[in-house]
Amino acid sequence: MSGPLLEIRGLAVVFPTRGGLVRAVDGVDLEVFSGECLGVVGESGSGKSVTFLAVLGLLRPPGRIEAGEIRFEGRTISGLPEAELRELRGRAIAITLQDALTALNPALTVEQQIVETIEAHDPDLPRGRARRRILRERAQELLRLVGIPEPARRLAAYPHELSGGMRQRVMIAIALSCRPKLLIADEPTTALDVTIQAQVLDLLAELRERLGTAIVLVSHDLGVVAEHCGRVVVMYAGQVVERGPTAAVIGEPRHPYTRGLLRSIPSIAEPERPIRPIPGQMADPIRPPPGCRFEPRCSLARPACRLPIALRPIDGGRAARCVEVAA
Amino acid sequence: MRAEAVEEGALARPAEAPAAPARSPFAADLRELLANRTAVLSIAIVLAVAAMALFAPWIAPHDPYEANLLRRLQPPVWLEGGEWAHPLGCDQLGRDILSRIVFGARVSMTIGLLVVAIAAVIGTTLGLLAGYLRGFVDVLIGRIVDTLLGFPYLIFAIGLMAAMGPGLANIVLALVLKEWVLTCRVARAETLAAREMDYVEAARALGASPARIMLGEILPNILSPVLVVATFRMATIVILEASLSFLGLGVQPPVPSWGSMVADGRAFLLDAWWVATLPGVAIFVLVLAINLASQGLRDVFDPRLKA
Repeated sequence: MSGPLLEIRGLAVVFPTRGGLVRAVDGVDLEVFSGECLGVVGESGSGKSVTFLAVLGLLRPPGRIEAGEIRFEGRTISGLPEAELRELRGRAIAITLQDALTALNPALTVEQQIVETIEAHDPDLPRGRARRRILRERAQELLRLVGIPEPARRLAAYPHELSGGMRQRVMIAIALSCRPKLLIADEPTTALDVTIQAQVLDLLAELRERLGTAIVLVSHDLGVVAEHCGRVVVMYAGQVVERGPTAAVIGEPRHPYTRGLLRSIPSIAEPERPIRPIPGQMADPIRPPPGCRFEPRCSLARPACRLPIALRPIDGGRAARCVEVAA
Repeated sequence: MRAEAVEEGALARPAEAPAAPARSPFAADLRELLANRTAVLSIAIVLAVAAMALFAPWIAPHDPYEANLLRRLQPPVWLEGGEWAHPLGCDQLGRDILSRIVFGARVSMTIGLLVVAIAAVIGTTLGLLAGYLRGFVDVLIGRIVDTLLGFPYLIFAIGLMAAMGPGLANIVLALVLKEWVLTCRVARAETLAAREMDYVEAARALGASPARIMLGEILPNILSPVLVVATFRMATIVILEASLSFLGLGVQPPVPSWGSMVADGRAFLLDAWWVATLPGVAIFVLVLAINLASQGLRDVFDPRLKA
């Protein structure tokens, strides 16, 4: 197997606050291979979005990368100057932000917003009349690609004239406009109702097959990830707590947090099974527990859990950060 | 790799409910504006004055510079001694007041439009830069703005005019030098709000440069408030120009300006009230019309006023 498309090693992201240094991401290792769909799961504040904002150099000051290395196609991209990162954004790695309802500019038409991104990255465009025609054709193709009917008419629409699902599709079309090798979909379905969620997820899966774009699906919904991703990474309090092939991780979770996540999902198959929420609160990101971050909430916690613990490999390309797993 | 490589409609699927026919928010706003009678009337008056200024030589019944001492202080047509040849009467040199008011509109409109337009461009540019780049640029621009805001407007303009000498270009310069500050503050505040929006983040995530974000993403979103403020400010500029001309620091005689006409007529207020009053009425009507028109525009274009 060739090297991974995206490789993150020991990434640490910190946000200085009045209360102290918030360690939003603390020693995350993960890789995304060409053409795969990787699910990244975790509750709010687990550091999943921040990890990928850091990849693109989009952390808001004073947030910064404190340690670690990010490599894309073998080239180190962490710490690149802004101008070089800008070249990468959209063209090599694209991201669709959490909320499609606000991530589209209300003052511009769909066409203007798609064309903008193409223009920003394609220096070979001809000048004059031909340019406009080519750009419009490409924008129409993109809308068709993401399954928007009557693309010619939709191009002239403003975001407020589109439904939530349509807007998410437009977002995806914009993200795909420069043919990135990696598409990061940050909570692509959060603001959508269930039937539209399924459509958008199916669309992403089809686009991955057709275009060969690797997709990172960032979500708090393990169900969404289970259905569409080959591999999954579970994050908790800024750390990866478990990773591996999705079927294996869901079939036989090795970290108590993953188990807790699964148990907190209602099941149609077993309507009688009680939903068991995970007790307690997310670990304090300024003063995290010294050992396993999940220890204070874990029903299986024992004294050994108070000691620092690394991600321990398990057979079958899996790993979990738990003392239960034999080192 | 290009988007052309993708097969047409390969992934097309039935989508959610079709959206309403595409119509720009602007068209809807325009219809709302036309329903506001005060605004329509005011805009009509402003446009009429603009047309009067533009076509002054064809509209004015007489040469505004032609003096005839035999008609000195001739009253308007509705008073005893008036005649239809000079409907609004004549001034102390026997010049036709109507013609001078028509030509005076040129000065008011030219200066009003020029100052507002130039100030809006400068103010918006600096406001965008300050609001988006923050840091040192913001501090620097902020200090200049605060300093200029500390001066009373008229004193500032009088001082500059006294230093530079009268003349149309100098009036514009003197007024622009302070006027941009207000647009700048509005543009900066609006930019501060807009730069935190998700769509700006999204544009950045897709590799847009700061210039592209400022002009392509933020500018369209801050344009309405900036334009509304600019139209409001035009009324003030018209008054300021009239004030400067009244004080003799504005446009120089014999070029007719409403302000200098009021100044000239002041001496005869008791015997021939029309000489000073009629240009004053012209100022009043234009300024009121601009204010009401911009209020109408604001009601329509400022989303914050919509419930």
